[in-house]
Amino acid sequence: MLALGLARFVILRNVTSFRRGWPVFLSGFFEPVFYLFSIGVGLGALVKTVTTDSGAVVGYADFVAPAMLASAAMNGAIMDVTFNVFHKLRFAKLYDTMLATPAAPKDIAVGEVTWALIRGGIYSAGFLVVALFMGFVHSWWAVLALPAALVIGAAFAGVGMWATTYMTTWQQFEIIFLIVQPMFLFSATFFPLSSYPEALQWVVRATPLYHGVVLERGLMLGDVGSGLVGSLAYLLVLGGVGMWGAGRRIERLLLT
Amino acid sequence: MTDDVLLSAKGLTKTFGDFTAVDGIDVEVRRGESFGFLGPNGAGKSSTMRMVAAVSPVTSGELRIFGQDPATHGPAIRARLGNCPQQDRLDEELSVEENLWVYGRFFGLTRAEVRARADELLDFAQLTERRKDKVEPLSGGMKRRLVIARSLINNPELLLLDEPTTGLDPQARHVLWDRLFRLKRQGVTLILTTHYMDEAEQLCDRLVVMDHGRIVAEGSPRALIQEHSTREVVEVRYDVDDHGVHAGPLEGIGDRLEILPDRVLIYADDGDAAAGAVARSGTEPLSTLVRRSTLEDVFLHLTGRTLVD
Repeated sequence: MLALGLARFVILRNVTSFRRGWPVFLSGFFEPVFYLFSIGVGLGALVKTVTTDSGAVVGYADFVAPAMLASAAMNGAIMDVTFNVFHKLRFAKLYDTMLATPAAPKDIAVGEVTWALIRGGIYSAGFLVVALFMGFVHSWWAVLALPAALVIGAAFAGVGMWATTYMTTWQQFEIIFLIVQPMFLFSATFFPLSSYPEALQWVVRATPLYHGVVLERGLMLGDVGSGLVGSLAYLLVLGGVGMWGAGRRIERLLLT
Repeated sequence: MTDDVLLSAKGLTKTFGDFTAVDGIDVEVRRGESFGFLGPNGAGKSSTMRMVAAVSPVTSGELRIFGQDPATHGPAIRARLGNCPQQDRLDEELSVEENLWVYGRFFGLTRAEVRARADELLDFAQLTERRKDKVEPLSGGMKRRLVIARSLINNPELLLLDEPTTGLDPQARHVLWDRLFRLKRQGVTLILTTHYMDEAEQLCDRLVVMDHGRIVAEGSPRALIQEHSTREVVEVRYDVDDHGVHAGPLEGIGDRLEILPDRVLIYADDGDAAAGAVARSGTEPLSTLVRRSTLEDVFLHLTGRTLVD
């Protein structure tokens, strides 16, 4: 935590505020669990098994569970860096206050992104426990599923925060959800990549959530290959670039 | 003793696109002084304050705070400053005391230090009873005092106050002045902006009057009044729509005459003598009021009466 520098206190501020607002944590936790039950278990009763892109035949719920974990990490992160960051940036002017201290814009970007991935991490951990008890975890590799969820969270938080700095009205957030919603549905979350037409497969491969799903599915099903390294790198770079961009934008917006 | 010059600006300029907000001002503030930037809205006071607070880059000119350049030593400068911005910007999701705790941590204070300091400051700001409350229901004056308490959390050597009492009722303003006066007595250097003349007269040892980004006058409140106004002013009102009709008969009374839509101002060193002359002028005033000249007279004389928004 010390390596975070003054970004620690951005996190401290959010922890202090959320001590009272903890009920909002519940929705973030239950959403992926509900999906797992309705789609994974419910639809799984009809679909039974699915052949993954690496050729393994697994139960449908086992196939969907890792994707829900990746989505939970994404949603947790996105929710925080969009609405909450927007409110603090444009209305509460909290960042202006923070910048009057020795803190720099990059501390704010790092702090908010870290907080968002902590929040996403808590959702993911809760989901992982449910998945474990439901018998959807099949490998010891799954102990890495939580760190992987943090990486997913960092990627979406970084990019999401950067995007938020360009927003000027609440309505513009529809654009973000217009991207997030199809990504949630079509990033090889509910059916394998091979079931998409060739041309669309490339679109799917380009999305960050797809790489998150690949990562979590490999770890939870114990199907670990070198391909996971590429997905990991993709997400890390995305998170880093997003944080850098968000820091720069905050500087340009507030230190005028 | 350059150590004692906390703020030094030479040809300080700030532009936003084509608009020049601050147009080459020279200012020096020494340790222990209370210094004021006076001016109408849009004069460039806040832009100047933001540069001094090291949160706004200088367009051109030289600026040194504690002898350091904000472009290269921003965090080090901000660590020693107290910044009380024009808008409160309190964290409404946190309680009164949490606002102080969290803010203080950004200055590298430990948890224990922040709590001890917050206790002192809540007392100073007369907010101890409200410490557990949310910020939102506090009155304007309380919020302002909390902002000042927040800006003092790091024991600043230099406190910047951008329009500290704008929007407050008279009681709240007087409480705040009292607190600021105590700080001044403790040796804290104050730099404030205001468009309230009484505030400037109460708090500032020395001030500059800004208009259109430039400094148009500089000195102590008393020196400015002496230089740009007379000792007293007589305000005369008539039962007419156009006060200009009385310009003729009043001509020659006092040093200077100013015709306003609703009254005539006569600037004179001896107000009673001028009032006597008005009574003998043959005009029939509704009221004649003799008062001491204030900074407001200086201000309006220097910056004009045209409304600037």
